Amino acid sequence: MSTTVILFSILAIAAIATGVSVIINKNPVASAMSLILHFFALAGLYLTLNAQFLAAIQILVYAGAIMVLVVFVVMLLNLGKESALTERFNPRTGIAVSMGVLLIAQLAIAFFGQPTGYNQLSDKAALNGTAESIGTVLFTEYLFPFEAISLLLLVAIVGSILLAKKQQKESV
Amino acid sequence: MRSLSNNLATIERAQRLRQQKITQELMDKDTTVMFEDPLENDMVLNMGPQHPATHGVLRILLRLDGETIEKCVPELGYLHRGYEKIAENMTYHEYIPHTDRLDYMSPMSNNTAIALAIENAIGIEAPPRAQWIRTLVCEVARISSHLMAMGATSMDVGALTLFLWTFRERENIYDIFELICGARFTTSYTRIGGVANDINDDTLKMLRKWLNHFAVELRRFEALVNRNRIFVERLAGVGYMPPEKAIALGLTGPCLRGSGIARDLRRDEPYLLYNELDFDVITNNDCDVWGRYLVRVTEMKESMKILHQLLDKPKTGDFMLDDAKNVLPGKSQIYTKMEELISDFMLVNFGAMPPKGETYTAIESPKGELGFFIVSDGTGHPWKLKIRSPSSSNLQALKFMAEGSMISDIVAIIGSIDPVMGEADK
Amino acid sequence: MEQWLVQSLVLGLKMFLIVNGLLIAAAYLVYFERKISAWIQNRIGPNRVGPLGLFQSFADVFKLYLKEDIIPTLANKGFHAIAPVISIGIAIAVYAVIPFGEYFYLGGEKVYLSIAPHINVGLLFILGMSSVGVYGLTLAGWSSNNKYSLLGGLRSSAQMISYELSMGLSLIGVLMISGSLDLMQIVQSQTGGQWNIFFQPLGFIIFLVSAFAETNRTPFDLPEAEPELVGGYHTEYSGMKFGLFFLAEYVNMVTACAMMVLLFFGGWDVPFLYETLGLEQGSVLRALVQFGVVVGKMIPFLFLFIQTRWSLPRFRYDQLMSLGWKVMLPLALANIAVTGIIMMIFQ
Repeated sequence: MSTTVILFSILAIAAIATGVSVIINKNPVASAMSLILHFFALAGLYLTLNAQFLAAIQILVYAGAIMVLVVFVVMLLNLGKESALTERFNPRTGIAVSMGVLLIAQLAIAFFGQPTGYNQLSDKAALNGTAESIGTVLFTEYLFPFEAISLLLLVAIVGSILLAKKQQKESV
Repeated sequence: MRSLSNNLATIERAQRLRQQKITQELMDKDTTVMFEDPLENDMVLNMGPQHPATHGVLRILLRLDGETIEKCVPELGYLHRGYEKIAENMTYHEYIPHTDRLDYMSPMSNNTAIALAIENAIGIEAPPRAQWIRTLVCEVARISSHLMAMGATSMDVGALTLFLWTFRERENIYDIFELICGARFTTSYTRIGGVANDINDDTLKMLRKWLNHFAVELRRFEALVNRNRIFVERLAGVGYMPPEKAIALGLTGPCLRGSGIARDLRRDEPYLLYNELDFDVITNNDCDVWGRYLVRVTEMKESMKILHQLLDKPKTGDFMLDDAKNVLPGKSQIYTKMEELISDFMLVNFGAMPPKGETYTAIESPKGELGFFIVSDGTGHPWKLKIRSPSSSNLQALKFMAEGSMISDIVAIIGSIDPVMGEADK
Repeated sequence: MEQWLVQSLVLGLKMFLIVNGLLIAAAYLVYFERKISAWIQNRIGPNRVGPLGLFQSFADVFKLYLKEDIIPTLANKGFHAIAPVISIGIAIAVYAVIPFGEYFYLGGEKVYLSIAPHINVGLLFILGMSSVGVYGLTLAGWSSNNKYSLLGGLRSSAQMISYELSMGLSLIGVLMISGSLDLMQIVQSQTGGQWNIFFQPLGFIIFLVSAFAETNRTPFDLPEAEPELVGGYHTEYSGMKFGLFFLAEYVNMVTACAMMVLLFFGGWDVPFLYETLGLEQGSVLRALVQFGVVVGKMIPFLFLFIQTRWSLPRFRYDQLMSLGWKVMLPLALANIAVTGIIMMIFQ
C-alpha cells in the first residue's frame, strides 16, 4: 500500500466516523464540533487529490466561518432541553429516509458498477488544484455561472436582512 | 432548642419571600407558574455580590436578550452592618469613628457631617478655625472621592491606566490626611465642637504644593481620555436620566447635577464657610454617564479653586470650642486639671446630651446629600439616628438607567452613579 | 534512505525550535507587557525574580503548573479540557507556513527557514487556521456552564466572524500586487524596498485593526472584558489550562506581527543590507541576518500591541459590530476596487 492509500483510508474513516457522530450526538454543540472535524477530514481528502486551494477554502469558509455561525446560534438559543426537541415521526422524516436510501443505492451502483482499483492522479491534477488555475477557469470559462451565483447570494443576503429587520420592528 | 428551629423557619420563610419578590420583579410575571419554552431567548444573569464591576457587594439581577438588558433588579443590603441601630447604643462621641466606614472613599466629609449634625442637635457651633479646617478637609475629600469615581468609570470601560494614575494622586491625598490626623483611611478627625488637632503650616504648604501638582496631573488625565473617541462613545448617551425623573427619584450630588439641575447644598443651604467662598455649581445637560463624568471632573477643578481660596485666607484661633459640657478637653488639661478631668469623665461615660427634639443636618458630600436625622430624648445616646446616604438614594436610579442598554453599559452606569456600598447599605 | 532521514531530522529540529522559541517569546512578551504597562502606569513592574525580574514569566508558569486545576461540577468536562488545547494548538500550527528567512545550505542540504516552504496556499492556510482558532474560546465559554463564560464565547465568535472578513479582504490588495498566496513569493515580490505598505497603506490599517480584533487585544478584548464579564471565556479556568489560553493570546500576537512584517513590510528585505554586508545567497550567516531582520521588524508592532492595550478603553459590543461591518468591510472592498483600477491603468 502506498502512503496515499493509507492517508485516504485514515481520512475516509475519520470522515465517516465524524459524520455518524454528527447524527447520533444528542448534544447540539458536540454535533457541531463533529461536523467541523468532518470538514477537516474532507479538507485532508482534498489535499490527497492535490486540490490545495479547495482544501484551504473548505477550512476557511466551512469550518472557520459557517460553522462558527452555527455554533453561535446553537449557543445563543441554549438548546439545553433535549426532550423538547425530539421529533416524532412525520411524513417529512419518511421522505428523508427514502431519499437517503436512494442515494446509498445510487452510490453503490456507481461504486460497484465501475471497474475497481485506485487510479493514479495525473501530473496535470497537481496544477489544477492551485489558486491560479481555479481562478483562471472561474473568471474565463465559468464567468457567467460565477456571476449568477454571486447575484443569488446577494439576493439571499438582502432577503435575510429584510427578514431580520421586520422581526425586530414587531418586537419593539 | 425549639425557639431556635422556629427562628430558622422564620428566616427561611422570609428569605423565600424575598427571593420570590425578586424573581417576580425580574421576570415581570408570576413565577409560581412556569412554562416550558425550549426556545426561550431570555437569560437571567446574576451580577454580584462578588463581581469586579459592582464596586463592592452590590447584587444586580439582569434579564438579558442577547446582550441587551430587558430588566434589571438591584438588590442591596449585603454590607448592612446596622449602623443606625449601633448609634442608639453609643454616645455621640463614640459614633464618630463609625462614620468613617460609611462612605470610605471620603471619610473626612462623613466626619464633618456627623459633627455638624451633633452640634446642630446640641445647639453649639465650632470656632472659625475648626470650620475652616473642616471645609478644607471636606474639599480634599471631594477630590479624593471624585478621583476614585473618574478612575473607576474609566476602568469599567476598559482603560485601566487612568485608574492607576488617579490612585497615585489619591495616595498623595492619603499622605496629606496622614499628616493632618495620623490616619490615612479611617480618619475620625472631627470632634463635637471642633477637630481632633490643628493643622500645622508645613502640612498646608504640602497641600498647596500638591494642589499645584494636581492641576497639571488632572490636565494629563483629561488629555488621556476626554478626547478619546472610544471612551466618549462608551459613555455618551448611556444611562439616560431625565431631570424630572432624577428629582422624582431623589437623586443628589453629581448624579442630579449631571441631569442639568443646579442643586448644591454648599450654595443653596450654606454650612461651614461656603457662603464666604466663590465657586460655581457645575451642571451638565447631557443627562447621561458622560454628563455625570464631566460634572465630577469639573467639580474637582472647583474644589481646587475653593482650596486655593481657603489656603489664601486662613482663619486663626482655637480649633476646639470652649464648652465643658459638650466638648472633650485636651489631654494635657485632663492630666493637670481637676475640673477638666471631671468633665472628661462625665463626657466619656454619659456623653454630650442634646436637648430633647429632632434635628436634620445635611451636607453636600462628594456623592450627594449626606444627612443625619437625630432624634434625641435628652440622654447621651441618640434615640434614633437616621442616615440619609446619597449612595443608597442614587442607586435607586440604576434600574431605570440600565433597562434597555447593554451589559457593557451597566458597568459604566454603576461607575457613573459611583455608589459606595458601605454607605448605601449602612 | 539517508536523504530521507536527514530531512526528517531537520524538520523535527525546526519544529522543536519553532514551538519552544514561540513559548519563550510568549513568556518574554508577558514580561515586557508587564514592564511596559508598569512604565505607563507609574509603577515598577516585576523586579524580584532574577535580574530585573527577567525570570518572572517562568515563575508564573511554574505557579500555574502547581495550581489546582478546578473543573466546575456541571461543566462539560471533555470540551472544557480540550478548549485550551485547541487554542494553543492552532495558534502554533500557523507557524508551519510562516517563513523567517529564505534558506541556507548545510552540508549540501537546502534548509528553509520555514517548516513547510512554498505552500501555494500558505496565506489561506493562516487565515483558515486563525478563523478556526476561535473554537477554543467559544468552546471554553460554552463548556464552562457559566453565563459569563457563555457571553464571552458568544462575543468571541461574533467578533471573529466580523473581523475575519475584513482581514481577508484587506490582504487581497497585497495578493493582487504580488500575484501569489505563497508567503515566500509575497516577500520576494517586495525585494528592494518595494514594500507593500507603500502601495497598500489602507489595506495595512484595516489589517492592523482586524489583527487587534482577531487576537482579542484591547480595544477589542470583549470576550474577556474583566469589568462586565469577570474573565469572559476563561472565567472557569485555572492552573495551566488558563495558562494555555494566555500563551495562545501572545502567540497569536506574534503571528499577527509576523504577518504584518511579511506581507506589508518586506519580510527580511532591507534595501542594500545584504549587498553591503557581502552575504551571498544560501550562506548560514545570511539566513541568520534574515531571521534577525524579521524579528527586529516585529518588535515595533509588538510594542504597539502592548502600548495600545494600556492606553485605550474597550469597545462596546454594538460599536464593535458597526465598526467591523459598516467601516472596515466597505473600506476593505473599496481598497480592492481602487487597487484593481490602478493596476489596470499601469499595466
